[in-house]
Amino acid sequence: MTDTTPLLQIRDLVIEGRAQDEWNPIVKGLNLNLGRGQVLGLIGESGAGKSTLGLAAMGFARDGCRFSGGTVHFDGIELLGADRATRRNLRSTRIAYVAQSAAASFNPAYKLMSQHTEFPVLKQVSSRSEAEEDAITLYRKLRLPDPETIGFRYPHQVSGGQLQRAMTAMAMACRPDLIIFDEPTTALDVTTQIEVLSAIRDIVDEFGTSAIYITHDLAVVAQMADQIMVLRHGELVEEAPTRTMLSDPQEDYTKSLWAVRSFTAPAKPAVKKGTEPVLSLRNITAQYPGMPRPVLEDISIDFHAGRTVAVVGESGSGKSTVARTITGLLPPISGEIILDGAPLPDKYANRTKDQLRASQMIYQMADTALNPKQRIRDIIGRPMQFYRGLRGHALTEEVRALLSAIELEPDIYMDRLPSELSGGQKQRIGIARALAANPKFIICDEVTSALDQLVAEEILKLLDKLQNEYNLAYMFITHDISTVRAIADDVVVMQMGKIVEQGSKDEIFTPPHAPYTDLLLSSVPEMDPDWLNNTLEARKSASI
Amino acid sequence: MHAALHEIRKIPPTALFGMLVITLYIIVAVFAPILAPYGESEIVAYEFEPWSSEYWLGTDSLGRDMATRMIYGARNTIGIALITTLLAFFIGCVAAFLSATLQGWVDQVISRAVDVVISIPTLIFALLLLTILGTSVYSLIGVIALIYSTFVFRIARAVAMGIVVMDYVEAARIRGEGLWWVMSREILPNAAPPLVAEFGLRFCFVFLTISGLSFLGLGIQPPAADWGSMVRENASLITFGDLTPLIPASAIGLLTVAVNFIVDWMLHKASGLKD
Amino acid sequence: MHPLIKLVIQRLALGLLTLFVVSLVIFISIELLPGDVAQQVLGQSATPETLAAFRQKLGLDLPMHTRYLNWLGAILQGDLGTSLISGASITELLSERLYNTFFLAGFAALISVPLAVCLGVITALYRGTPLDRAINIVSLTAISVPEFFVAYILVFIFSVELAWFPSITNLSHDAGLGERLHRTFLPALTLTLIVTAHMMRMTRASLINLLALPYIEMARLKGASPARTIVRHALPNAIAPIVTVIAINLAYLIVGVVIVEVVFVYPGLGQLLVDSVSKRDFTVVQAACLIFSATYILFNLASDLISIASNPRLMHRK
Repeated sequence: MTDTTPLLQIRDLVIEGRAQDEWNPIVKGLNLNLGRGQVLGLIGESGAGKSTLGLAAMGFARDGCRFSGGTVHFDGIELLGADRATRRNLRSTRIAYVAQSAAASFNPAYKLMSQHTEFPVLKQVSSRSEAEEDAITLYRKLRLPDPETIGFRYPHQVSGGQLQRAMTAMAMACRPDLIIFDEPTTALDVTTQIEVLSAIRDIVDEFGTSAIYITHDLAVVAQMADQIMVLRHGELVEEAPTRTMLSDPQEDYTKSLWAVRSFTAPAKPAVKKGTEPVLSLRNITAQYPGMPRPVLEDISIDFHAGRTVAVVGESGSGKSTVARTITGLLPPISGEIILDGAPLPDKYANRTKDQLRASQMIYQMADTALNPKQRIRDIIGRPMQFYRGLRGHALTEEVRALLSAIELEPDIYMDRLPSELSGGQKQRIGIARALAANPKFIICDEVTSALDQLVAEEILKLLDKLQNEYNLAYMFITHDISTVRAIADDVVVMQMGKIVEQGSKDEIFTPPHAPYTDLLLSSVPEMDPDWLNNTLEARKSASI
Repeated sequence: MHAALHEIRKIPPTALFGMLVITLYIIVAVFAPILAPYGESEIVAYEFEPWSSEYWLGTDSLGRDMATRMIYGARNTIGIALITTLLAFFIGCVAAFLSATLQGWVDQVISRAVDVVISIPTLIFALLLLTILGTSVYSLIGVIALIYSTFVFRIARAVAMGIVVMDYVEAARIRGEGLWWVMSREILPNAAPPLVAEFGLRFCFVFLTISGLSFLGLGIQPPAADWGSMVRENASLITFGDLTPLIPASAIGLLTVAVNFIVDWMLHKASGLKD
Repeated sequence: MHPLIKLVIQRLALGLLTLFVVSLVIFISIELLPGDVAQQVLGQSATPETLAAFRQKLGLDLPMHTRYLNWLGAILQGDLGTSLISGASITELLSERLYNTFFLAGFAALISVPLAVCLGVITALYRGTPLDRAINIVSLTAISVPEFFVAYILVFIFSVELAWFPSITNLSHDAGLGERLHRTFLPALTLTLIVTAHMMRMTRASLINLLALPYIEMARLKGASPARTIVRHALPNAIAPIVTVIAINLAYLIVGVVIVEVVFVYPGLGQLLVDSVSKRDFTVVQAACLIFSATYILFNLASDLISIASNPRLMHRK
């Protein structure tokens, strides 16, 4: 390359965000260099400022944010000092953006094609018919089904993974020099994600486009980027070429991120023959009223004391519906739920207090699972009062003991509201509320998926500790294979309301797999820059 | 103390003005008998006396002191509107929380009934019911509260529906909590903040509707002093270029402006950065 | 059947059903009247014979459901019955006044709808600026004061002080359109001021909600100018909320007419309704309520149908 000046150069950038009439820095003096044809990965947990930085590369600050220092040079043009028209003219033609949720970012009022061609035509890059032809070419390159006609559909008529590729095609429409990808696969299932990732990577390679790839998923960024920047609280932690970063991280924070996936609960001995399960599902079939097809078909699972059954599947697989039938929110149309050897009434309203008490639930979003108007002592105290009749001093003592068990200092946290806790602490309270009932069986519904990785690991460790202490049976619903590896004793793989495969963790993770399990397992990105290539290669040779 | 001062400084001038006006109105309404120079419906002079030191705002069509009637009017008009709004909120919220918690046929029955009432224009339905029930204060309060409870129902139901789908409500249900607990402990505390602004807004509508009815001669009945009727009784003065009848009208307007300024500020605060 | 046609038919049927139920409510409310209508109308001194004759004349001796069906059947044929007080045909009594009321409301709507939508778009576009704040305070004040206050202020300025327009609307049959517009100007202006403020605020609010959506940010990130963002990317999606806002306010206009008509002694339906309420002329009240409600329901139905037509999700199924 003869041109040595970077395409994008950000110096000492400070961006402030407004919260309650006060301006606080979100991005604190960041520098960034991006060469032509290079792909830079921005990685960090929520609140790291990575999206804000990505938008700043376009000279854009969201409402409620402002630039308050530094410069952004794009190909020699300083964007922050430039007038609006200059910045506008660069967008689409030279810098383009691919948003996290394509479904929300396509205008529902227009067909994909008219959104695709709007700016190439407006900015006189091409005529409408040329732009349409080019769109079809791009759709084909991105391996969209029916490339000739898919553009003439409305966004709501196209699936999420396809929309994400159509949005990448739209970003490519004027062949920009730089594309910002803002978590483009975060909202997708893993088996869809791998298709989108490979499509994006191929097209970026083909046109030699520079890109900034923003994500919180290390394994994903490892596939996409040449260089990685790790951000935290709006500051740079570390920057290095991808391979160096993966093999030899320097900073403690980076190392801790890399090490997250190392936790594994110790393996437990197999269940002895003849042991009665705490709870078992026998041939459960369930259907929502008015729907043509059952959501669950013939589901049988046993849950034993002291063991964890992980239920894995993608969205729509019915894994959360299993939880709804157990809790009695969706009565099955056939089959039985057996608790301690006795059948459980279908509807929660018909169950006795003891039956309700025995099975408890921990939710995915601690934010919506805790009543924001109740104090911690009431949230945890209520089940004790309700099921066990505890009052006054005894109740307070029990709440204190439980808070200590979940590693929160009672004196500090007892009288707080949920809004005064961090995400991980809220999830701990969710766990405590389930424990407060003295249950035998707990449903953990995606309990770690809304948490940052470090916090998620702490929660998994705590759950493991509590399981051993109270001999609890867990049903662990998740879409995340690495969580399954960490905590499961037994695994149930679900697809479209049916069980595809079930067995002990070793059985499931040791080949040969059922075809769907195989697809699911091989689609999970790994922390190896060659993973995407190898997987695609393997699939290609398998299909020949 | 310092922090409180800081908080006050952050309130926009319009909302501060609103608070000041409302405080003033409350003082006048509460201390009406002390503040008023004459009796509420005492005839003190000839009709339509001009403004003087004796009769600050002159006298009305029957020779009663306008200023006195203005002061008592604050008590009657605001008091009745406030009671009506409270009643409307009570009926509307209870029905809405029941609807949202129980869903199914209960929700269907209440919602469809509300749809029908709402599809009849407010003032028209009020006129219809007042024709039937006659124009006493009680039927006025009952009729207006009933009609406005349907609007409250719609909003409170939407708010409650948003809360009912929260996991903490589901958690309370599968814990086995009863209807009363779910409504009073899980839904109400979370529904209250958005409904407070709504209360202000609805109070304005109720206040204006009652004033409108009184103006039409179908609301608060004489001899009770009331701002709406005062405008009607003395309206003929305007054609002679005397603006006295507009004083009660502007008293009505000033209060609703004040409440609206505060509501506007509260909504703005609640919406965060969305300006 | 095409699902869209099914949806439209569903809405139409629902509108008719609502209308039917409302007619039932109006009819039954009068039935619930304490005491006897004949007694109330004729007074305590009426002899049993005259009472019986009166009941028979009005068909009050028939069972309730028969009377309802008769009433409804007559209305469907354009016969609204006779006034209890004057004995005149209600259809005749109403037809001219109905025209006058719609003329007034239409006049006000013609000015206020385009004005309000434009102001709403402008304030949404320049939100947070001094212009927006100023318009906000003015419109907030306009919706806060009672209709009769606005009316009397206008009377004071334009007819007492300036003597440009009459303070009492006297519509004679021979008046031409220009004359008519001149005489109706003050009531129409009153309605316009109030309705515009309402409509503008609601338009602004629904546009601002829309502007926070990701696809609007996307349009800006694709390099659309502010005007293009609003006109091409936001407005097509704002049709449904704006039409709803307009329908609500047109319906409000019909109701607001009542008080304005009283202030200006305007010979319209509202004035008649208020008179009939104070005279307790039930049959006239029934008829007027039914007409007001029907108009109101029709507006809402129309806005529903336009919303459906503007929604690509409903127009183009998966």
